[in-house]
Amino acid sequence: MSGMVAPPAPSFLEVSGVTLRYRTATSHVTATYRVNFAVEQSDRFVMLGPSGCGKSTLLKAIGGYMVPAEGGIALRGVPITRPGPDRIMIFQEFDQLLPWKTVTENVAFPLVASGKLDRRKAKEAAAHFVEGVGLGRFAHSYPHTLSGGMKQRVAIARGLAMGPDLLLMDEPFAALDELTRRRMQDELLALLADAPITLIFVTHSISEAIRIGSRILLLSPHPGRVRIELPGLPADAPAAAAAELEREIHGRLFEHA
Amino acid sequence: MEGCSSMPEPHGVEKFEVAEVPLGVWARLWGSSAFRKGLVILLLAAAWEIYGRMLDNDLLFPPLSEVLSDFVREVKDGTLVRCALVSLRLLLLGYAIGFALALLLNALAIASRFMHDVLETLTAMLNPLPAIALLPLALIWFGLGYGSIIFVLVHSVLWPLALNVHAGFTAVPQTLRMVGRNYGLRGLRYVAQILIPAAFPSILAGLKIGWAFAWRTLIAAELVFGVSTGGGGLGWFIYERKNELEIPGVFAGLLTVIVIGLVVEHALFRPIEARTVRRWGMQS
Repeated sequence: MSGMVAPPAPSFLEVSGVTLRYRTATSHVTATYRVNFAVEQSDRFVMLGPSGCGKSTLLKAIGGYMVPAEGGIALRGVPITRPGPDRIMIFQEFDQLLPWKTVTENVAFPLVASGKLDRRKAKEAAAHFVEGVGLGRFAHSYPHTLSGGMKQRVAIARGLAMGPDLLLMDEPFAALDELTRRRMQDELLALLADAPITLIFVTHSISEAIRIGSRILLLSPHPGRVRIELPGLPADAPAAAAAELEREIHGRLFEHA
Repeated sequence: MEGCSSMPEPHGVEKFEVAEVPLGVWARLWGSSAFRKGLVILLLAAAWEIYGRMLDNDLLFPPLSEVLSDFVREVKDGTLVRCALVSLRLLLLGYAIGFALALLLNALAIASRFMHDVLETLTAMLNPLPAIALLPLALIWFGLGYGSIIFVLVHSVLWPLALNVHAGFTAVPQTLRMVGRNYGLRGLRYVAQILIPAAFPSILAGLKIGWAFAWRTLIAAELVFGVSTGGGGLGWFIYERKNELEIPGVFAGLLTVIVIGLVVEHALFRPIEARTVRRWGMQS
């Protein structure tokens, strides 16, 4: 209204020129080299690449667990320096649930620990989200009595309950059997359709990337670099389009640059 | 009850007319570990009684019946109870101090890498050292009294417990640590809400080991200088009965030590285990 031209708004999440290095007992490993990309609000952003492309390391850096050796990562224009409850990680490992808490307590825990809600309200919210992932009957079970798929659903409920800016998922379904994986992918998409949460999803499965992603970032290994970014497919895209995209991604990932 | 709810969709269970057939009385008895252990104790008691009667020498090995009647007499006139209370009071004091120090050392070890090395070096050096070997030094430093006993007790509890807590903390899965930090937990809240519960199986095991070590060390220490601290504990009781050649009394004292150990194991540690690590599936 003032007539002034606003400067281009920064993206929701900006990853600019990020080089990530970690130290092993014997050497420095460069996991990613000068990686650039931007994620917008309510994207389902998939990072896809073979092992060694640094996709998980990138996700950890967005989570705040690693500081880039070069470049920077900013969420809403604020540099990320440490882990925080505005970016909830969901891991592949089933032991991400606290074994000493029931399903509902697990979902309520971060709400209380981060000071978002008091104990009573957190319990109520947790019960709602546990119901939402279809585990109402298991609300008072301990994690060790659940199957792998159910544990991952609890982790997802825990992430959604926090209503984070970013949901960071690191191959969350990789340890599940194929049938369960398919179902979990569909459930995740349904849950995200109801919740305006931005997703960053790491996988090495091309078909999973196509099912989940509204944008797909292809990374090449040693060190990890961005190969290209492709748009995902709409949910109602014909199977032929998916097969076509799969062929294209396959070609891009394995062509020798 | 938790176990039942884990069964995935029990479709069609109602179709079966008989879902379960109860086991016979004998099979159920034999299936109970309490029953089997009770049987072991009965067999031991019988062997003891028979051997004692065959030997017929109360100075060497009195039969169980005599030990029991002596035990009942000493309990009734209050001597054994008083001695046991003296011992337990000392034990609890030393145990509590040792536990607090073990936690403190581990908390410091988390906070700094140097303290971590200090802890590892100290436990490596001092854990193999029998606490009772420090008693002569303790006597010089703290004199003939409770101070010396507390000192060796703390020593006997601190190092094994510190070692176990440390092992427990280091074994906490990386994923759980990252989860804790994800929610913004840091410092003491991180230790209290993530590390301690996640390491609880190790901590509990350490508490049990520490209890056993402390108990042994205490009785041994009381035996060594029981004479000098009149009104001593169970070790002193055993020592005195031996001096008076009242061998059934010696056995009665030993029996008390065993009974207290069993009671603590079954009335304290087992229920804690059942309510925590077993329930959480962190220990089968």
